[in-house]
Amino acid sequence: MNTSLVESSSVPPTETPQEISRRRFFEKLSIALVGLCTAIIGLPLVGFIVAPFFRKVPEKWVTIGKPDDFQIGKTVAITVTDPSSLPWAGVTAKSGVWLRRVSEDSFIAFSANCTHLGCPVRWLPDAELFMCPCHGGVYYSDGKVAAGPPPLPLFRYDVQVANGEVQMKQAIVPISTTL
Amino acid sequence: MIKLLKTVWRWLDDRLGISVLLSPAKHIAPQDAKWWYVFGSATLVAFIVQVASGVALAFSYISSSSQAYETLLFITNNAPFGSFLRGLHYYGASAMVLMIGAHMAQTFLFGAYKFPREMTWTTGICLLGFTLAMGFTGQLLRWDSTAAWSVVVAAEQAGRIPIIGDWVARFILGGNTIGGATLSRFFAIHVFVLPGMMFAFIGLHLWLVFRHGISEPPVAGKPVNPATYRAEYEELLKKSGKPFWPDLAWRDVVVSTLLIIAIALAAFFVGPPVLDKPPDPSILAADPRPDWYLLWYFGLLSLIPERIEGYVMIGFPILIGLFLLFVPIWNHKGERAASRRPWAIAMAFLSVIMIGALWWEGQHSPWSPNFEAQPLSGKVVRATTGPVFTGAQLFHDKGCLNCHLVEGFGGRRGPDLTYIADELTHDNLVIRIVNGGTNMPAYGPSLKPGELDALVAFLETRKHSLRRQEQQTETASSSMAATNE
Repeated sequence: MNTSLVESSSVPPTETPQEISRRRFFEKLSIALVGLCTAIIGLPLVGFIVAPFFRKVPEKWVTIGKPDDFQIGKTVAITVTDPSSLPWAGVTAKSGVWLRRVSEDSFIAFSANCTHLGCPVRWLPDAELFMCPCHGGVYYSDGKVAAGPPPLPLFRYDVQVANGEVQMKQAIVPISTTL
Repeated sequence: MIKLLKTVWRWLDDRLGISVLLSPAKHIAPQDAKWWYVFGSATLVAFIVQVASGVALAFSYISSSSQAYETLLFITNNAPFGSFLRGLHYYGASAMVLMIGAHMAQTFLFGAYKFPREMTWTTGICLLGFTLAMGFTGQLLRWDSTAAWSVVVAAEQAGRIPIIGDWVARFILGGNTIGGATLSRFFAIHVFVLPGMMFAFIGLHLWLVFRHGISEPPVAGKPVNPATYRAEYEELLKKSGKPFWPDLAWRDVVVSTLLIIAIALAAFFVGPPVLDKPPDPSILAADPRPDWYLLWYFGLLSLIPERIEGYVMIGFPILIGLFLLFVPIWNHKGERAASRRPWAIAMAFLSVIMIGALWWEGQHSPWSPNFEAQPLSGKVVRATTGPVFTGAQLFHDKGCLNCHLVEGFGGRRGPDLTYIADELTHDNLVIRIVNGGTNMPAYGPSLKPGELDALVAFLETRKHSLRRQEQQTETASSSMAATNE
């Protein structure tokens, strides 16, 4: 029950110091070669897996409509397609954004992610509040925290009106939460 | 013919060493290792169900962000036995979580983690971690709206890890946002990385079971002494040990068979979890929730004070993991019998109560607004015109009902307002609505003239006395109607 499968290797007593030295050399050589093989295979593998860390996404402006498509004082959900998405992203290339037209030429685009844990906030038009279904975070129409656990206001994307179009800077999921 | 088969078997056995390979199954074990000892093998059987059903599902499942949902619809609705297989995989996972929990509890209460089985326990704790990770990644492979948003929530949680949080979050998402790379990495982790680790650790765990033997049931007053335990154990086996196969293993086979039947029945009659909407992040009417085995953690994070939430989110799993991993290091000798270890019983009992209570809370999640709340009925409002009626409508439209209960209708995030007029005066109601509170938005800026008065008028009807009066009128009317009849 308590015996190990492999007895500990021991050098036969008849071996000379040169033979022992030779054995140690082969031991070290073999370990070094295993290390080299691991590096040859492992480094590209790890690099491939962690590559998304370092993937620079160019900031792009995407058109989300014409100013007249949006009423002043109203907040609506718009769909933005990530221009840098992978070809097989399908519907996951889309993201939802809450767009509010504040005045004639002023728009605010809010990330739909609650700053508490990222759940999608919903807009209650009559109450003029954003409400999160997960833990009940509430935001005012300008994105400021009204109640609940969110530590920060809703994340805002850059919006501009250019060439008669409302444009928004490419949507990414903001990892906004901190300790 | 039988002679020929026996000859073939002997030849194969000689060349392949099958009997030698299976010989550990006949190792001598304590004869009293009976029904309490079946949970480990049941966990292994549930894992085998997972491997078999998972391999089958992989024949049709495409791990592409754009196609996975459609393949799941096909598997569920069109493929022969597809729905059943999805059910097997889901209930198999549930069974595995339950069985590994029972196995851990039994091992803990029997003190079987003590000398010389410390590493058997530790490898088991690693397997528990892998199992939960498999459960979470498996839920995400059910690539629907809930899964997609759960990835976002996981990334946001990971984002709280100091220094490297943002990197870990990007790693989980497979980039800056959900997209083509997200699902495939969870698929690789769920199908290759974690199962590979599990096979290795199951092998190690079983090897350690054979190496140190199945622990004998504990006897009160017979503590583990590392200096003498092995000799005592050998003596016990010599005196009364039985071969594991088949003398003891038959109980494992019976329980495992019942487990498989239960999994199959649930898969057939209850069916797999229903697929939510497609994994389109622009669909914002989503309500991500973890599967039941992580619902208690969702409950915990929702109930703890916000100021320590981040620390608990990161620190709690680490502390629990470290505690479980190192239990046998500082507690490797002494009494094994639960009757002599009241703290062990208390811990196990409290853990079950805590997880059960948090699970219940997570299931009902009273902290979540109720978006399905319907306008209050005339019976509750007790007015069909005027400011009370308008106030009741506003109470729904302004989202008050999402968080507050009135006579059992609405949400539970905020206080129950059924009798709020007994507690707050007119002025207090006005102040509360206009200025808000700790967990309530200030409605002052968004209310139009007259709306505040209507809301207060409605809330002022929420009194014990008014409701009692209403109930008495109702009772009198029905008695009169009965008399007339």
